Amino acid sequence: MRSGPTGHYVTSWGSTEASCSAFLAKGMSQRTLPLLIINLGGEMLYILDQRLRAQDERDDKTQRVMNDIAAALFSKTFLEEILKPQDVFTHRALRTVLTRIAHASIMRLNPASMDKLYDLMTMAFKYQILLCTRPRDLLLITFNHTDGIKGLVKDSHNLVNQINEAQRQLIELYTPLSDGEFQLIRHTLLVLFQDMQTRVSIFLEEKIQNPNGRFVLSTSGPVPYGYEVPGSIRWFTKGREVRRTVFPSGENYTRALNDASFNLSGDRVTHLGTNMYTKASPGDSQPSDTSNSTRKQKQVEYAPNLLATEELNFLAKLMGGMEVQKLSNADAGFKVNLLTLEQEDEGICVVEGAEQQSPKVINIQAIQDQLVNTELARIAGEFSKDGSPTERHLNKGDDLLAMMDDM
Amino acid sequence: MAKMYHKEKSIQIKSSASALYNNLGVLRIAPRCLTYFTVVHANVVNMVSASWDGLNYSHRQLQSKEGSMATSSSLIMQAAWCVLPSRDLLVLTSQKGIQMYESDGSIMVYWHALDTPETPTAKAVFARGIAAVRENYICVGVSSGSVLVFDVPSKGSNITLSEVLEEHKEAITDMASECSGSLECIADLVSADDSGLLCMWKSGDDFQLLNKIPGFDTSCSSVKLWKGTVIAGYGTGQIRLYEGVTGILHAEVNAHARWIYSLDIAPFTGLLLSAAEDSWVRVWHLTLTPETNSVEIEHMYNECITDTQICGAKFCDGDGYAFAVTGYDLSEIIRYTQV
Repeated sequence: MRSGPTGHYVTSWGSTEASCSAFLAKGMSQRTLPLLIINLGGEMLYILDQRLRAQDERDDKTQRVMNDIAAALFSKTFLEEILKPQDVFTHRALRTVLTRIAHASIMRLNPASMDKLYDLMTMAFKYQILLCTRPRDLLLITFNHTDGIKGLVKDSHNLVNQINEAQRQLIELYTPLSDGEFQLIRHTLLVLFQDMQTRVSIFLEEKIQNPNGRFVLSTSGPVPYGYEVPGSIRWFTKGREVRRTVFPSGENYTRALNDASFNLSGDRVTHLGTNMYTKASPGDSQPSDTSNSTRKQKQVEYAPNLLATEELNFLAKLMGGMEVQKLSNADAGFKVNLLTLEQEDEGICVVEGAEQQSPKVINIQAIQDQLVNTELARIAGEFSKDGSPTERHLNKGDDLLAMMDDM
Repeated sequence: MAKMYHKEKSIQIKSSASALYNNLGVLRIAPRCLTYFTVVHANVVNMVSASWDGLNYSHRQLQSKEGSMATSSSLIMQAAWCVLPSRDLLVLTSQKGIQMYESDGSIMVYWHALDTPETPTAKAVFARGIAAVRENYICVGVSSGSVLVFDVPSKGSNITLSEVLEEHKEAITDMASECSGSLECIADLVSADDSGLLCMWKSGDDFQLLNKIPGFDTSCSSVKLWKGTVIAGYGTGQIRLYEGVTGILHAEVNAHARWIYSLDIAPFTGLLLSAAEDSWVRVWHLTLTPETNSVEIEHMYNECITDTQICGAKFCDGDGYAFAVTGYDLSEIIRYTQV
């Protein structure tokens, strides 16, 4: 760094990791969190549903898991908290909350499976955010998710009503926002997902992602509803159009025929946010590889990170209300393994439920040191594989931990 | 269509561009045969100094500031150079305030903190929209709609907030000063906001509002002012040309299929650059005939940056001989020069 003669010096660091937006909890818009959680939660449910069916679990067990997770995601108290104006969560906090929501059911995810699941969820949502034709479509994507989740739990009338109620709250909160405010939400999300380029098999196969990890952006198709197709210039005199000329736009866009519905139900027009796994084969809900194309991503995943105190307190409050299911003997909790392809080049297909190698574990020792007396320590303790001694409270958290160690 | 521009070697930057309007700053330093570029990534500004012979590149990173801390995680909304007769300053606007540096980014000469509420409110708080006006003003917009006018001495750090202009009700998106160099133009500054409202100002000890041009319910994300004509880019992908002082609409261009992120004008030739989320960069030519009070806009050239949502596009010189482009998630500045 060149230095000036006097005055303040600006710190510029050699390492770009320090600037990685995923460590930061900052967002421009204070209204981003609900859309973030519900869309990621929706993708999580789609993937888990597909994985459980692929693992051939009994239908009623699968349904119970789906119902329990959906109930946690749309719980009244949880929604109340996330609907308040606030900054977005860091990836670490998001992963913690989503894992807790998943563990509101009898299903268990080990940290490595959760890593994979998180990669899939975030890349899917990143794709949806990038491709939506106008910022307001973020709401349509969210409604596609709520519609999709309602479909997964349709036999539970209470749950469907709960989701409808959540949707009503979203409609009330987001309908008055301007396009500029939606774009700010979109920009906030794009900062959070910046540089994430995990390759996902189903995306690569369907040619919506390039081998280098970047998504394919088409330059044809319908323009947003109400927009004009590029290629013309209108000339005005005294407020009236007097002439029209054309220019070659080099692309092939068409007008949109219908507007989408922003109501409780209706035609959303866009497919973004719908369940892409329903017709997919079992191998589809897999990231292509565990190594990401950017160094930055690895740093985020595996470097110890300390959650800010505010964030911890908030999470403790949020998750204190979420009951983690006690697993009785009758119910032996079952695992979902997202690691069926351990090494792509070796082509090994691992037998379901077995763990042949110890997967990379998120180092949460640092977090535990910080969280000694909080509720979160107990929850975080459930994810610890090495059983390292901390001042964990001896209560139901330990039952679950013991059970996981046995798996 | 004849190929007007061809691609040059890209400049690699230390981190990728964030999705923000007008996310590319350019400063041409002719005496030293250098061009500076800035690209915002979250809470950091990547600055590159590129020699014209293409042989030397040097990098620097500036970070957002907060309170008494030198560094912060608060997000930067925009970085741009303000070229005044006596000096050039690099201005950064963030969620917390406004930082002004000497043009090479080496020394921070001024910091202005925004009023931030104690508890989070529904409305985001940030500064965005930067313009140098006449001899000694730098104007910066705020999310509340206010425009802050700073008085800048010809040297030193005694920069003061001279006035706050309150006409806009929605967040300021972009601002531009008259760039033709002509002293005959009445309007010195145009400010734009999320509702598409455009305000025309005359500078002075007290800035004077000359005109308000209402929006049409769509955000104006990028704006330029050239020879009294306002060139405004909107979220609908349209560009509108207005006569600034009267608000008369000359033309509306259905330019892009997605939200426009950046407009730039080459003041010596009237070339206009537009770039949008639809991956297209377009070059147009503007001609103004003052006698008939008419404006002509002619389409010249298209370039598609594959699989990229463009967030910044600027000419590298006053003739429009070269331009540079940034895109979301891209860690390079893509450059084109005329064939």
